[in-house]
Amino acid sequence: MKSFAYVSARDVPTAVSAIAGSPNAKFLGGGTNLVDLMRGNIEQPDTIVDITRLPLTGVDLLPDGGVRIGALVRNSHLAAHPLIRSRYPVLSQAILLGASAQLRNMATVGGNLLQRTRCLYFYDTAAACNKRAPGSGCDAIGGFNRNHAILGVSDNCLATHPSDMCVALAMLDATVEVESTRGVRRIPMNEFHVLPGDTPHVETSLAADELVTAVELPSVAVAANSRYRKVRDRASYAFALVSVAAALEVTGTTVTQVRLALGGVSAKPWRATKAEEVLLGAPATEESFRQAAAAELAAATARPGNEFKIGLAERTIVAVLRELVTKGDAA
Amino acid sequence: MVDVTIRVNGQARSLDIPPQVSLLDALRERFGLTGPKKGCDQGACGACTVLADGERINSCLALAVQYDGREITTIEGVDDPLQTAFVRNDGLQCGYCTPGQICSALGMLAEYKDGAPSAVTEPDADPGELTEEEIRERMSGNLCRCGAYNGIVKAIQETAALDTEEVSS
Repeated sequence: MKSFAYVSARDVPTAVSAIAGSPNAKFLGGGTNLVDLMRGNIEQPDTIVDITRLPLTGVDLLPDGGVRIGALVRNSHLAAHPLIRSRYPVLSQAILLGASAQLRNMATVGGNLLQRTRCLYFYDTAAACNKRAPGSGCDAIGGFNRNHAILGVSDNCLATHPSDMCVALAMLDATVEVESTRGVRRIPMNEFHVLPGDTPHVETSLAADELVTAVELPSVAVAANSRYRKVRDRASYAFALVSVAAALEVTGTTVTQVRLALGGVSAKPWRATKAEEVLLGAPATEESFRQAAAAELAAATARPGNEFKIGLAERTIVAVLRELVTKGDAA
Repeated sequence: MVDVTIRVNGQARSLDIPPQVSLLDALRERFGLTGPKKGCDQGACGACTVLADGERINSCLALAVQYDGREITTIEGVDDPLQTAFVRNDGLQCGYCTPGQICSALGMLAEYKDGAPSAVTEPDADPGELTEEEIRERMSGNLCRCGAYNGIVKAIQETAALDTEEVSS
């Protein structure tokens, strides 16, 4: 690990001042991804601004029925919080299906948003990777790409965003609050992460000097009937091949509310708006679910290594919706 | 260099270290506590698991400076029936992962008592009985290359049952 200057910030103004004007400085939260990347010399910051002690650890009910989550709330604490378990079960499930218990005890909400891809070529400093070394190429394209993206990919990068939590946040239309010396800004979750295009090293719409301070969940009544399903190579502690966050309301036999997002398939948590359009007002049947899934995956571009993800994503969408119909009936 | 004071196994210990030193290296190399093991050094194996203010963490992915003022418990500071349960149930073969397994299991049992859910718990229900499925899911961050998982699960189940008896008696 390269040596760096260390600043411990006790409040937000100190943290954002410390990073302003230092383009190669990084905020350090739980460290579960950044420390690993620094050890591999993939991240080489000159300065670390330690934000572990910032007072951003609240999970609070908002007057409009939403919930505000401080950026330093630990993943495990958020998943176990009664407000999240009762109102946004999909978020609690998504977090608990990610990483291990030790990592969830360390990892923060802000850090989860900003974690980087686990693409093997990104981690291998001997490999070509446009994300790590812009312009060097992408060894994943002709290489081992079983874990890679099928939606929103470019000829420059096939990496996926590894988070489970973010898929639930995208489905819930969360808002990310960020702060810098220039003030406070609110970014819709579905605009927070960006597709690779010609600049796969640019992963979010966050400026280098901005600190994530909170995530706000709107009041989403349909989220009470929500589910996160993750398909992976092991029963636990593995990244998603495909995951689905969904919420569904059926009135009579008609879909009256639906939200869908996919993980493991793109450089960003993928809000499945095309599928939502097909489903809204349609009969809540397997046939509609299949049509909706196919509509969403129509734009997929796969390589031989990850072609299976298209069918897997379609079947997982159908399975989760079917489960939510049954669950909604029981409630 | 940064001045750091950490309470380790109940005793305040001070250090003057470069900020890139991990908590694991500080414990092993500076304090001589070689219970926590360096397996993968990337948060994948769990051999470095210690308790920070009672919560289990991977000490390899923690910088020591982040734990200034905190209370760290390593296997050297543990005296618990779980340890004899591991021996009784053959919850180990080579023993390399054992300090991490035991610290992790202690953290896990505390989480479970607090009502923390796992991925196999229904989100709207309290975790019920500590089944084998619950233990395996909650302990998935600790790998054992010898494959002593059956004994590990039994040792944890036995110890959890002891705790329940104490509470009810």
